[in-house]
Amino acid sequence: MKYVDEYRDRELIETVSQEIKKISKKNISVMEVCGGHTMAIHRFALNTMLPDTIRLLSGPGCPVCVSSQSFIDTAVEYSKISGMIIATYGDLIRVPGSHSSLEKEKSNGSDIRIIYSVLEGLEIARANPERTVIFPGIGFETTSPATAATVIKAKRENISNFFVLSAHKIMPPVMKALVEDGVRLNGFIAPGHVSAITGSVIYNDLASRYGLSVVISGFEPLDIMQSILMLVRQIEAAHPQVEIQYKRVVNKEGNKIAQELVNHVFRTCNDDWRGLGMITSSGLSLCDEFAEFNPKRHFRINVPETIEPKGCICGNILRGMKTPPDCKNFAKECTPMNPMGACMVSSEGTCATYYKYRN
Amino acid sequence: MMNVNHERIILSHGNGGLMMHELIENIFIRHFDNKILREQTDAAILKMDSSTVAFTTDSFVVDPVFFPGGDIGKLAICGTVNDLSVSGAIPLYLSVSFILEEGFPLKDLEKIVLSMKREAQKAKVRIVTGDTKVVDRGKCDKLFINTAGIGTIRKENRPIGSGKRIRTGDKILINGNIGDHGIAVMSARESFNFSTTVVSDCASLNLLIQKILNNCSQVRFMRDPTRGGVATVLNELVRKGNFGIEIDEESLPVSEGVRGMCEILGFDPLYMANEGKVMIVAGARECDKVLSIMKGMKEGRQSAVIGEIVSDHPGKVVLKTITGGKRIIDSLTGEQLPRIC
Repeated sequence: MKYVDEYRDRELIETVSQEIKKISKKNISVMEVCGGHTMAIHRFALNTMLPDTIRLLSGPGCPVCVSSQSFIDTAVEYSKISGMIIATYGDLIRVPGSHSSLEKEKSNGSDIRIIYSVLEGLEIARANPERTVIFPGIGFETTSPATAATVIKAKRENISNFFVLSAHKIMPPVMKALVEDGVRLNGFIAPGHVSAITGSVIYNDLASRYGLSVVISGFEPLDIMQSILMLVRQIEAAHPQVEIQYKRVVNKEGNKIAQELVNHVFRTCNDDWRGLGMITSSGLSLCDEFAEFNPKRHFRINVPETIEPKGCICGNILRGMKTPPDCKNFAKECTPMNPMGACMVSSEGTCATYYKYRN
Repeated sequence: MMNVNHERIILSHGNGGLMMHELIENIFIRHFDNKILREQTDAAILKMDSSTVAFTTDSFVVDPVFFPGGDIGKLAICGTVNDLSVSGAIPLYLSVSFILEEGFPLKDLEKIVLSMKREAQKAKVRIVTGDTKVVDRGKCDKLFINTAGIGTIRKENRPIGSGKRIRTGDKILINGNIGDHGIAVMSARESFNFSTTVVSDCASLNLLIQKILNNCSQVRFMRDPTRGGVATVLNELVRKGNFGIEIDEESLPVSEGVRGMCEILGFDPLYMANEGKVMIVAGARECDKVLSIMKGMKEGRQSAVIGEIVSDHPGKVVLKTITGGKRIIDSLTGEQLPRIC
């Protein structure tokens, strides 16, 4: 398949692996921020092709995993309102809240529908004018432009029964928070699709102020191996900077139209991350002009007190401080069939990835 | 066409009265026509030339009812024919029960019935008994179909379904591209704004399987990888004995369309449903013969050897990846859900 097979070429991957082994001298830790990268690394067993000097840590880049427990609890409470339709991306329905999940509420009779695009949520609202539709907006810079475009469309078309419960998040603040929190890192493998929207400039701070190497990477095995090679070169030369490996998609400035949509509809806010807590200016909430689409303005619910699952170390796993096998629940009480924490739910969650690709 | 004034199913079509009689006569008996069915007795009386029979049943609730490459009716015939066939049996007779939702268009019902007729003729099976129920609007989704099937089985083929004959060194074969049905059905759903060229592989496999069984003596096991896909069947298989399974990713037949859709959605073709595939474990010495018979038939042109039974890692299915690594293939947990970013 064009644009895929070229980047899975066994010989080329092996060549890059050899080059990394040749030049890597320092013991380093690099974090792949995105769950998609974690998946690809384990799916193609890339970790086994690296020298012992390189430690790969998985970061907080799975949108389902970082959605806070209270966010799930809120969505669960909305789903219980009579006449309500929750239109959600699939992964979210299985994430356990404090007392329930959207999947459980579905079996209790709530109308919860899996959608592939937020625009489908708007279509459901249009087709059911007597009902109310809430879209739990999750995801990073990759999904927020679509949510923004849909909210603008809803406003333009006067659709008043469609709402967005926004838990959209942005990437750079959490990456800085991890470093400030004491996670010892030399560099980041940064998510290429985020930068397709934002450009590479969002990471300039990480290099200049924090002395970290950043390489914006594609998602195929050769992309990731080449990104690791670029990181090793930077770190060995003690020359931290932001580089783009994923040049076939990413440039410095990014997608201006998408950025304008997001800036028009959302404003940054402090946001709660599962396991990481409140992080300043790391979330997106609807700005005043679009506040009418915030369900909190229209529906009153009582969200019960959040109860975190006992013994779950999702927080430390999302920060790269621990790996899933460090958790006593991993692959025992906590499995994809019966997940305790969100990292085991999402297909791109670190725990689910380790479980699926365990040897 | 039906000689009634209704264009849609109404509750009276299921009340046992005149309208139900007309529906049965004008659609079911008319198209499924055969001597045994025409008797319209409560139970079909069948002649079988074997004292051992294989018997199976399956219900079909696919949404949407029409999809590229097939429909719920074709699927209901193929599914039951294939369940009998992979058990080593020769399918002969089917029963068909319809649960119809009030309001379902009669022309769609007839289209589905004609499709069942065609597939039954192709597979050389007869529909000999059936039932019809109509439920209130909203109590079922358009229509559900149950088929049960019965067939004869030769003594030497009886152990095939159990997997007890499997030995280390046996080869694993499949009769073509995997994942077509799952992707075709998904892309046909209204809410899914993707169009693909992928069509369902939905097909009766009894003639292919009978040809293999008539010519080969080392068929150790067969199963149709429907829901849960090839990965699920492999995991069921590996639990049957003290052996492991090794699959070679490079040899897995997957069409470009399915690969592309799986890449976009974050799915794995190994877990996608098939409706016209059989996975065969055959003795290594007969592997080439089985493969050449499969490739010689329409339902097996893209057949491939995809792996083998090994003594290493008993109880585990291991995939040799295209990049040279190895990873465990587990059973599917929950639904495959599309990734969001």
